[in-house]
Amino acid sequence: MIERQIFQSHGGATKLVLRAAILSAAMLMFALPSFAGLGEDVSSVQADQAYMQGKLRVTQAQAYAVHEIQAPTGIVVREYVLTSGKVFAVAWQGPWPPDMRQILANYFGQYQQAAQAQVNSHPGRRPLVIEQPGLVVQSGGHMRSFAGRAYIPEMLPQGVSAEAIR
Amino acid sequence: MKCVRVILTGVNRITTVAACGTLLFAVACGGSSGSSPTPTPTPTGSNVQAITVNAGPAGNYANGAFTSVTVCVPGTSTCQTIDGVLVDTGSSGLRLLSSALAVSLPQQKASDGNPVVECLPFVSFYTWGPVQTADVEIAGEKASSTPIQVISGSDFTVPKACADFGPSAETLSDLGANGILGVGNFPQDCGGACTTTGPSNPDLYYECPASGCVVVAEGFAQQVQNPVVLFSTDNNGVIIELPAVSGPETTLSGSLIFGIGTQSNNGLNGATVYSVDDYGNFITTYQKTAYNQSFIDSGSNGLYFLDSSTTGIPVCSDANYFYCPSATQNLSAANEGSTGSPSGTVSFSVANADNLFNNNPNANVFGQLAGPNTIDNFDWGLPFFYGRNVYTAIYGQSTPGGTGPYWAY
Repeated sequence: MIERQIFQSHGGATKLVLRAAILSAAMLMFALPSFAGLGEDVSSVQADQAYMQGKLRVTQAQAYAVHEIQAPTGIVVREYVLTSGKVFAVAWQGPWPPDMRQILANYFGQYQQAAQAQVNSHPGRRPLVIEQPGLVVQSGGHMRSFAGRAYIPEMLPQGVSAEAIR
Repeated sequence: MKCVRVILTGVNRITTVAACGTLLFAVACGGSSGSSPTPTPTPTGSNVQAITVNAGPAGNYANGAFTSVTVCVPGTSTCQTIDGVLVDTGSSGLRLLSSALAVSLPQQKASDGNPVVECLPFVSFYTWGPVQTADVEIAGEKASSTPIQVISGSDFTVPKACADFGPSAETLSDLGANGILGVGNFPQDCGGACTTTGPSNPDLYYECPASGCVVVAEGFAQQVQNPVVLFSTDNNGVIIELPAVSGPETTLSGSLIFGIGTQSNNGLNGATVYSVDDYGNFITTYQKTAYNQSFIDSGSNGLYFLDSSTTGIPVCSDANYFYCPSATQNLSAANEGSTGSPSGTVSFSVANADNLFNNNPNANVFGQLAGPNTIDNFDWGLPFFYGRNVYTAIYGQSTPGGTGPYWAY
């Protein structure tokens, strides 16, 4: 696996960058505007990263790249991008869930419907498991600690398991 | 000392509550302990609240521990007792459905006078509604002027950032409970992140003028509080005591005990203390792999761990969020403090969820209900509590077992 790290900061974020170097990793980061989302093009990741004035780390694997965005809230979102340039998966972790509409993009409606249906079918709190043709969403955790992943199963590169998305 | 009886018309019934003028007298007049029919000795005292695992107020809950909570207009004897409130060590703060609340509680206001409203995300849904203030009375304990969330989808328009979390839970049918009593590891639901505005704020607290809701900085003391920390005594944590079950049951009676080592009935009694990290997690090791975002949570209704590809246990064909092994699986894992020690083995069983439900249509207590938790951790839900006394110590509070947060059992 080749690793390549890109750290960028923009404009007025300089002071925050200095503070970020001092504060713990969980408490730093910068403005959280829009994430690129599931099924969208990689160019949206880069546009969002520029807009975020934040820290982006890109890790290159054989069949895909991982674009990791650290939000100032302590939420970390990783977007998995095919060599063709499409985001085929997203994963998140942090004290609170991310903006699900942002990271699921056009899949948010399907997610919301499926999540609501599951809440209604068996009352009781538990991790969320949505497995539908064209969309898998798995999330869990509790107040102050959430994590999850979403992916388009048809777009998983050959030989890559869902376990790799985290 | 005075004890007045207030009658309030609830949604479907008349609720009679005893409202007590002083905490001391509340012990004598409001204490609701000792009513459990279980043959095992039931703890008694002003810090003991009866809890019951049953179908809950919606009539269809599996593995939910419910209790009643009395809320009063602060400083008055205008009170209401609301039953069917879920006991949840996985969250902090009292949240009540607006539809279950008959008393009119004062609205919390921001410094500019606008009402404060909260958006609180859980895993599958969020709750939205105003922050109001109540004297919260449970057993003989009282938390004065406690900020609580009143869940309501209609009082204030949900802002976009809140709706973007996913579905909302705002009815009895959505929640399966009249409210959630969050008695978890933290004194507030949000903590430091919500005390300042700016990019590090997770957008949970809003002020809502007529023009629409905007994020507001919410101080620690103004945030929705774990009521336990506001008790004048017994305020460092809780114990949940539920008996063991041999098979599916209709109901199970137990106790929610306030305080750790503060009374003769809440000592650690040799329970092992497992430290919890700043995010409310510890470590569970299963087949030599450590999962460091694992947790104990009375508000989760099963044992949720790993996934089929790791455990080899198939999920149910009609409900992929439960496991359906062909034969009951007897497994073990080791729980460890967040620092890596101590370590203690936990034996648990996973039954076929379809069979549990189909063969026991009237049961609500399932000690072997389990399912996948695909984000690589263990969520030790309510079945873990059956047959164990589980201690939840609150962050920053000192106890005979050390300073919280920790779990002990």
